[in-house]
Amino acid sequence: MSEVKKIATREGWGNTLKKLGEMDPKVVVLDADLAGATKTATFKKAFPERHINCGIAEANMIGVAAGLSTVGMIPFASSFAMFAAGRAFEQIRNSVGYPHLNVKIGATHAGISVGEDGASHQCNEDIALMRTIPGMTIINPSDAIEAEAAVMAAYETPGPFYMRFGRLAIPVINDRPDYKFEIGKGIVLKEGIDVSIIATGLEVNESLQAAEMLAKDGISAEVINIHTIKPIDAELITATAKKTGKVVTVEEHSIIGGLGSAVCDVLCENAPTPVLKIGVNDVYGESGPALGLLHKYGLDAEGIYQKVKAFM
Amino acid sequence: MNNLELQKTANEVRKGIITGVHAAKAGHPGGSLSAADIFTYLYFEELNVDPKNPKDPDRDRFVLSKGHTAPGQYAALALRGYFPIEDMVTLRHIGSHLQGHPSMHLTPGVDMSTGSLGQGISAAVGMALGAKMQGKDFRVYTLLGDGEIQEGQVWEAAMLAGFRKLDNLVVIVDNNGLQIDGSIAEVNSPYPIDKKFEAFNFHVINLDDAHDFDKIRAAFHEAKTVTGKPVAIIAKSVKGKGVSFMENQVSWHGKAPDDEQFAVAMADLERIGEELCQK
Repeated sequence: MSEVKKIATREGWGNTLKKLGEMDPKVVVLDADLAGATKTATFKKAFPERHINCGIAEANMIGVAAGLSTVGMIPFASSFAMFAAGRAFEQIRNSVGYPHLNVKIGATHAGISVGEDGASHQCNEDIALMRTIPGMTIINPSDAIEAEAAVMAAYETPGPFYMRFGRLAIPVINDRPDYKFEIGKGIVLKEGIDVSIIATGLEVNESLQAAEMLAKDGISAEVINIHTIKPIDAELITATAKKTGKVVTVEEHSIIGGLGSAVCDVLCENAPTPVLKIGVNDVYGESGPALGLLHKYGLDAEGIYQKVKAFM
Repeated sequence: MNNLELQKTANEVRKGIITGVHAAKAGHPGGSLSAADIFTYLYFEELNVDPKNPKDPDRDRFVLSKGHTAPGQYAALALRGYFPIEDMVTLRHIGSHLQGHPSMHLTPGVDMSTGSLGQGISAAVGMALGAKMQGKDFRVYTLLGDGEIQEGQVWEAAMLAGFRKLDNLVVIVDNNGLQIDGSIAEVNSPYPIDKKFEAFNFHVINLDDAHDFDKIRAAFHEAKTVTGKPVAIIAKSVKGKGVSFMENQVSWHGKAPDDEQFAVAMADLERIGEELCQK
């Protein structure tokens, strides 16, 4: 097997910002002293006059982005998920969400795959927080290619966006000619009949691998990539649940309020189905290498395989 | 407008505030009344705005960071011609365009939705930055409460505004000295306010009587001469100004007058209005 190309989704964010900067002089990027880590430094290098480093002041950064949008600029604001969705939640809710402003938030370093920095920086709550904001579009891309497509789609679509990116370099899985990104449309990556594995972010690739392991045991798993958590693809989720009768959700996020909850919200109304939610089980993370943590918390292919097997 | 016309208009703004808050049976008369003269000066003298073209991209912007005093802004907008002053009785009613706190998509002339203290100034900083980036010469004004500046976000915004030398930004602090739980000096004193803004690289103007239009005019004229720095106007005011039983009373921060109190308040304002007509 050839070496799999690995790129962090935050690279897709940074690269696309630069492209957008070239396309549109109204695009402005904000950061909070993390430009190197969030990859907005790529934009800063090309367009220093349109990069606003707000310093370590995320609440103000979101408000400044809101103000910029009201005068016709297109702001993309970036920080770690913990400080964007977490610290600045109320600013996003009141200054961006409530007036439904055209502010794009790119939150990097989401989930426990932040790794060594530990629990204080591992945000497993951001999707839950953002889902409660009316009119917020939430995208959690599965690789750098999807991240680039998501940022471009956010630029093309008016209104507030929350985009979730990771620190860890992860396999590129969407490098194919027929790949198409559409906001709110899930993607069936593998068809199956026994169980539906609905995954988001870096867990899409882990789920694909888990499905291969399940196949060896004679279990046919359907694998679906839900990159848009809100608005969620209720049609696809309902259809796959009706088809297989068993649903597993996989996310690098708390099992409370994230993809699993969103899928359950759809299914309890449309097609009541047993659901196994795989995610961070209402606990804090800890320091360690990202891959080691994903393994310890049962979020790698092996962990998913074991849990699905037990669920069958 | 000359000072007498401004005074008469401000008195009508105060009537609008009392009428709205009474009809709503809720709201914040104290801080609306303390800023009534500032609202009047802004909408009738200072701001380059046109009620017939409220979305003009080149207009000056005003952000009411102390959003709970929306009745004052609404009354000034109405008298300026954005909507009928009769709308004030719908304040805080279901279906009204006059929300308890400003909503930019519902009320003509409102440039930013506010209400959660500390957030409006950040939006104003963003607007001022946006003007600079686009090479536009519109100016941005924001009104804060003196209790509001206890919010840390205010100083995050002030730091960026000073650092970025936003001389198209004017921050006004309505220094009426009172907040919900008591005097600002007793709750968690923000004094000295002027020195704090100076330390954040603002040009500071101490307006020692925010109800004297000569002094208000002088302060805003000075603000326009400043280059290379944002401006902070610290406006010393009287909470509840114009209504005898509300003046300097912390209890009138956030409650509505009953029918009897409404009658007394309106009589106070009618008397002031008549006195102004004698001049």
